[in-house]
Amino acid sequence: MADRHPLFKPLIFVGGIVFGFGLGFSHMARPEVVLNFLQFDDLGLPFVMFGAAIVSGVAFALLPRIRDAAPFTGDPYERRLKPFDRNVLVGGAVFGVGWGFSGICPGAAYASLGVGNVTILWALAGMFVGAYAQGYWRSRRQTRDTAATGAD
Amino acid sequence: MVADPVLLQAVADLFPNGISRYAVGGLLVGLGTVLIYIGTGIPAGASTFLESTLSYVSDQSRFQQYVGSRDWRLVFTVGVILGGLAFAATFQSGLVTSSLYEPGTTGQLYEVAGVTLWQTDVQPWRLFIGGILVGIGTRIGKGCTSGHGVCGVGSASKTSLAGVLTFLTVAVGTAQVVAALGVSP
Repeated sequence: MADRHPLFKPLIFVGGIVFGFGLGFSHMARPEVVLNFLQFDDLGLPFVMFGAAIVSGVAFALLPRIRDAAPFTGDPYERRLKPFDRNVLVGGAVFGVGWGFSGICPGAAYASLGVGNVTILWALAGMFVGAYAQGYWRSRRQTRDTAATGAD
Repeated sequence: MVADPVLLQAVADLFPNGISRYAVGGLLVGLGTVLIYIGTGIPAGASTFLESTLSYVSDQSRFQQYVGSRDWRLVFTVGVILGGLAFAATFQSGLVTSSLYEPGTTGQLYEVAGVTLWQTDVQPWRLFIGGILVGIGTRIGKGCTSGHGVCGVGSASKTSLAGVLTFLTVAVGTAQVVAALGVSP
């Protein structure tokens, strides 16, 4: 990690700016717009997530054929698939309740702060509380089960 | 082309703000993801930032596993925030206009130093409680709208497709129930 390319972080930064600009432009950074979609009042929102998935999908498919490894990390271009288990469904359902209740998800919350939505700090505070609570609990459980299964 | 006016009106009702702002925004979100992937090979998601940032202040093992990525994840998040600000300073402020951008009518606009900023009407307690569940759920479920929704679906990962299907279905149900109970905004 110490020998990472000097452009590693600048590239992450620029990528983040484009990503956040897109969330602002699409209005996904506005909880109202997400709630309007979930209540079927405006069905445009899926174009954001699936549009982005198509663009990244093309890159994920093409890059391994063009180069072996990424220039700034030396990491191979490979699919990093997360293992499936019950947590994906349980966590997804809990996330779904939160998303449907508030209209905000993590990336959109960061961008929402950028477009001036100071009130979104409530959601960000909640996300840190939630992330801490599950991490605290799971760290404890992991320590207790010394024969760690290495799950997740 | 023969267009049925009733059908056209039905489609317009489903998409009162058109689709271009959503599609263009989505392309940009994808482009940001691709820029990072080309240079680093990393499919970046947004929610790991919550845990990786907690590793600065907590030595719980769940957070410490992200020490190696916490710096660039912080850089990414600051970028996302500034990207939102760049949008506010251009399109939201009316400095740049495009037929692809539909401004909409949600929330409240206010101005600071010539930049038009935006504030939600959704009540703080809703954001806070929802945020807690988002924080728990995304971390147990191994990803959020970007990690599963953009990177995972883009990789045709069955795990991510299952995750997206789950959170999307549950979110629709929750939002419908909350609206039916009269909670607004």
